[in-house]
Amino acid sequence: MNGALDVALRLVVVFVVFLTFPLIIGQTEHKVMAHMQGRLGPMYAGGFHGWAQLVADGVKFAQKEDVVPAGADRRIFQLAPAVALLPYLLVLLAIPIGPSRGAVGQVIDAGIFFVLAVMGVGVLGSLMAGWASANKFSLLGGLRTAAQLLAYELPMLLAAASVAMAAGTVSLPGIVNAFEWWWLPWQIIGALVFFVAGLAELQRPPFDMPVADSEIIFGAYTEYTGLRFALFLLAEYAGIVVLCGLTTVLFLGGWHGPWGADGLGWLWTLLKTAILAFVVIWLRVTYPRLREDQLQKLSWTLLVPLSLAQIALTGIVKVVIS
Amino acid sequence: MSRPSPDHHASTTPSGRPRLSIPGSGLAKGLAVTLRTMTRKSVTEQYPESQPALPPRSRGVIGLFEENCTVCMLCARECPDWCIYIDSHKETVPPAAPGGRERSRNVLDRFAIDFSLCMYCGICIEVCPFDALFWSPEFEYAETDIRDLTHERDKLREWMWTVPAPPALDAGAEEPKEVAAALKAAEKLAAAQAAESAESAGPQEGAS
Repeated sequence: MNGALDVALRLVVVFVVFLTFPLIIGQTEHKVMAHMQGRLGPMYAGGFHGWAQLVADGVKFAQKEDVVPAGADRRIFQLAPAVALLPYLLVLLAIPIGPSRGAVGQVIDAGIFFVLAVMGVGVLGSLMAGWASANKFSLLGGLRTAAQLLAYELPMLLAAASVAMAAGTVSLPGIVNAFEWWWLPWQIIGALVFFVAGLAELQRPPFDMPVADSEIIFGAYTEYTGLRFALFLLAEYAGIVVLCGLTTVLFLGGWHGPWGADGLGWLWTLLKTAILAFVVIWLRVTYPRLREDQLQKLSWTLLVPLSLAQIALTGIVKVVIS
Repeated sequence: MSRPSPDHHASTTPSGRPRLSIPGSGLAKGLAVTLRTMTRKSVTEQYPESQPALPPRSRGVIGLFEENCTVCMLCARECPDWCIYIDSHKETVPPAAPGGRERSRNVLDRFAIDFSLCMYCGICIEVCPFDALFWSPEFEYAETDIRDLTHERDKLREWMWTVPAPPALDAGAEEPKEVAAALKAAEKLAAAQAAESAESAGPQEGAS
């Protein structure tokens, strides 16, 4: 009984985090992007500086008609948003935010495998949507998504493998426990590669060629309306939470901080995640979209060699210090 | 990424040597720009809550100073989209002095501007030879019925009171023609009066 209650409680907490954090990041994006462009952003919804803007957006999405195009592959079309969104919920379960056993949804021994494999599934949602929509823009977007997944999954995995080598474990809490401050300069290349590849996998600007709204009308999401469209958007922001959380756990030492590692460790994790989320927004505001060929070139000619170099460096240092 | 931008290679120091650029310095510069903008005050004006600070010559609405209007119809004829309506009739004015000739005069019956057609080009104001039309910076006259956008002469007269005073002349500028003419007339009048009084005073002095 107690065990069941414990599981239920963890699930509820993770679910609440899953529903609120993306909204907080979305609202932050509204405001940060506006101020970076010399604007104010939402100011009316909710009264105080438009804090309820995303709630209002959600209400609007819920009111809209849920349209399925006549030529679409109906079941796949309707299933795609769930496939895009749910993997991030699963990944969130496995990310530890504090040192104690209570601070993680579920400890998984092969955590890093689980997390990266499931994150890859999320991209399949876009691919399904693009293929099932019976729309040329959707198809283009879906295929670009697939190409992007192929290109960026490899450096991401290699960068994560470097950390796993350094820690000598593939369990996420195990990696954070093994973390020392000098890992930061040691793994910095891997961290950058992981973060950039993760951004590309989330199709966040400047890597948003698959959804480029000004060119292929939001790519795979062209035909979506109402709640299903909102789910895709939510998946993007949930993806930011997951990516920033994972980067924090793998490369930035999670709950380790200059002081207060015991008890307040989870605060460090959240702080680092929030800073990374800010960087995600910052990059979006600053850089123009990469062309499709530039996108592929960045991965194959820069990120893959860099991550391989990182693995070599990790191996050498590991051998030297042991 | 595939092609280096031409100015990337052409960038040189003032002395002509190629400038050494650290890879990624352009990316960092971009990040700095957005971060700096974020820390600055945003330029958005919260319009319904706070009125915008408009420049004095803003083209909001057109005011009519109907005393100056001679119904010459220039404005109505120059208007590119024919949004000015003018009706008038002719009246005869009795001669100013007995034995003189009767004069005829135009009387304005209707002056209306249809602001649903007006494109705010300002040609009517430019072309008016008698300074009867003026720009006013007022802009809040939206209506729910398009017919209410035709402002008749009384409304155009109301706008006239919102027209800002003309900007002051530059220091040392020639005085306006009206003032010069009025001064000249006043001087003439004063000289004539002085001459008259001297004429009437002169003989008295001589007689006494």
